[in-house]
Amino acid sequence: MSILVDKNTRLLVQGITGSEGLFHTTQMVNYGTNVVAGVTPGKGGEWVLDKVPVFDSVKLAVEATGANASIIFVPARFAPDAMFEAADAGIPLVICITEGVAVQDMMRVRNYLDQKNVRLIGPNCPGLLTPGEAKVGIIPGNIAIPGNVGVVSRSGTLTYEVLYALKQVGMGSSTCVGIGGDPVNGTNFIDVLDMFEHDPKTEKVVMIGEIGGTDEEKAAEFISSKMTKPVVSFIAGQTAPPGKRMGHAGAIIEGGAGTAADKVRALESAGVRVAKHPEEIPSLLK
Amino acid sequence: MKLHEYQSKQIFSKFGIPIPKGRVAATASEARQIAEELGGRVVIKSQVLVGGRGKAGGVKLAKDPQEAEQLATQILGMEIKGLPVRKVLVDEAAAIDQEIYFAITNDRAAKKPVIMASAAGGVDIEEVAATHPEKIIKVHIDPLLGLRDYQARDIAASMDLPREYWKDFGTIANGLWKAYSSTDATLAEINPLVITKDKRLVALDGKMMIDDNALFRHSDLSEMRDIDEEAPAETEARKYGLSFIKLDGNIGCMVNGAGLAMTSMDIVKLFGGEPANFLDIGGGAGSEKVAAAMRIILSDPNVKAVLFNIFGGITRCDEVAKGILAAMAEVKPKVPMVVRLVGTNAEEGRQLLADAKMITAETLADAAKKAVAAAKGA
Repeated sequence: MSILVDKNTRLLVQGITGSEGLFHTTQMVNYGTNVVAGVTPGKGGEWVLDKVPVFDSVKLAVEATGANASIIFVPARFAPDAMFEAADAGIPLVICITEGVAVQDMMRVRNYLDQKNVRLIGPNCPGLLTPGEAKVGIIPGNIAIPGNVGVVSRSGTLTYEVLYALKQVGMGSSTCVGIGGDPVNGTNFIDVLDMFEHDPKTEKVVMIGEIGGTDEEKAAEFISSKMTKPVVSFIAGQTAPPGKRMGHAGAIIEGGAGTAADKVRALESAGVRVAKHPEEIPSLLK
Repeated sequence: MKLHEYQSKQIFSKFGIPIPKGRVAATASEARQIAEELGGRVVIKSQVLVGGRGKAGGVKLAKDPQEAEQLATQILGMEIKGLPVRKVLVDEAAAIDQEIYFAITNDRAAKKPVIMASAAGGVDIEEVAATHPEKIIKVHIDPLLGLRDYQARDIAASMDLPREYWKDFGTIANGLWKAYSSTDATLAEINPLVITKDKRLVALDGKMMIDDNALFRHSDLSEMRDIDEEAPAETEARKYGLSFIKLDGNIGCMVNGAGLAMTSMDIVKLFGGEPANFLDIGGGAGSEKVAAAMRIILSDPNVKAVLFNIFGGITRCDEVAKGILAAMAEVKPKVPMVVRLVGTNAEEGRQLLADAKMITAETLADAAKKAVAAAKGA
């Protein structure tokens, strides 16, 4: 067991013939992910890697292949349309890797996808990795091994650090979920913590947060009231100055809210052990 | 991207929101000329992209053109929170009866735009928010539907705005929604929206922030960016698609990924150092971008050591190493450099750097400790 994706996932890649899409499709196929179709408007009928059929639209791809998850690699200005298209074609799980989607677009996308009961991961995220079963995103497959630690994070490479640090001491993960660094995204910490709490394969959870917003504080409330499994956390941005966007669109301290200190305090009072740096996480999990 | 008051009010005016008559001036004599054209009393307002201009003495009332010139001379020589005043807005003065706060912004928790309005407007809205949050009315807007007329009426009624103003308030609310939505703003704020003694609603001040990620569809707004208002290194970094923020410490940091870049800063601090910057070279950076990043870091004279922390995923460590070597050949840095390469093509990267006399590290903690020690020794 795992959450969100596994070996039964039938994955569709939107933007499969672009340079990013093609590169990561190759990586995902090599990992063993079941990539059943790709979409690039105007390139329907072509094949990628001699085995993945390309379609002109998501609707046609779903009809022909029964795809049940879609990953989006199209440029930011076209990504909102790609998310609407996936939702309208009846895909229940959409993962948007693209960084730089305009926030008003994301508010429209999120409200529309909620009405259609579509689960969105991202945007501006590294996607999902269920080690040994499916890699749906850009997390390097070789840095994680199967295990019982669920990982959820707002960051990309910082998550790789954590997976790598776990692997160094022989610890593996059930599923790693990158929820993305944008202020308006699809899936938040609580959604994923709830899934891990109910996943028999997951015994412990690592939650990696950062400055900006109040999702970590809300997660802390959820952990103290609803979770039985131990959670270890790390919060990035202790030294970030207020009012400056730290790379991620959502990583900003505004009007005194969203500081790392507030988040650490909230998590610690919920019984979460907060690491001082990411390489400390494995020892806190033991 | 922040817009100046005069730019924000121009946008408001385009969408039917009444603003005072006035123009922007770069010299005191221009300010005098505008005051002469307007006649009567004028307000001289510094145009800098920080809050608290009034409290800092950057907003003054002038009774005639001569005083306007004097005050403009004074204000144009000022620095407000470290930013030199290069322009002033000269507006006709209004006789004010009441001040209202009225804004639309993104509510990231609700995933919707939110209107915030208060009959207790004016300079101390943050104070109101802290002490009397109940005096601020919040109404969410469905991003798929837009602002509905009844919502504007409800807000007017909740603020106890007299009925005679409801129609004009509705026009302003609609105008602000259109200004916000058609410019991809993250904030469109009128503070204060005033009721004048001659019973008109006028937007006396305006503030807008535009989503940088949406500028691709607003070339007219991109041209409004005031690069005088940001650190030159930040402007240079944006040109190369680098995310860079200057800080006050002495350890330069070059990292791939925003979360890891923040973490690298934090860990430098944890081991007793101070980061000189935040710098994310992004995913899949080539050697040219890395070289530009290194030039930017080394242009800061405070930098006493540089920490490279690269976790190769899409980014290839050998590409990063090539960029480091190219930049070293060009800039000839005199400060020690600590490098940590992990992940995709890390071994190739390390070999490329083997002759470069750099300090190497295996773990993030080790890299930070070595950088802190190097900065202290330099």
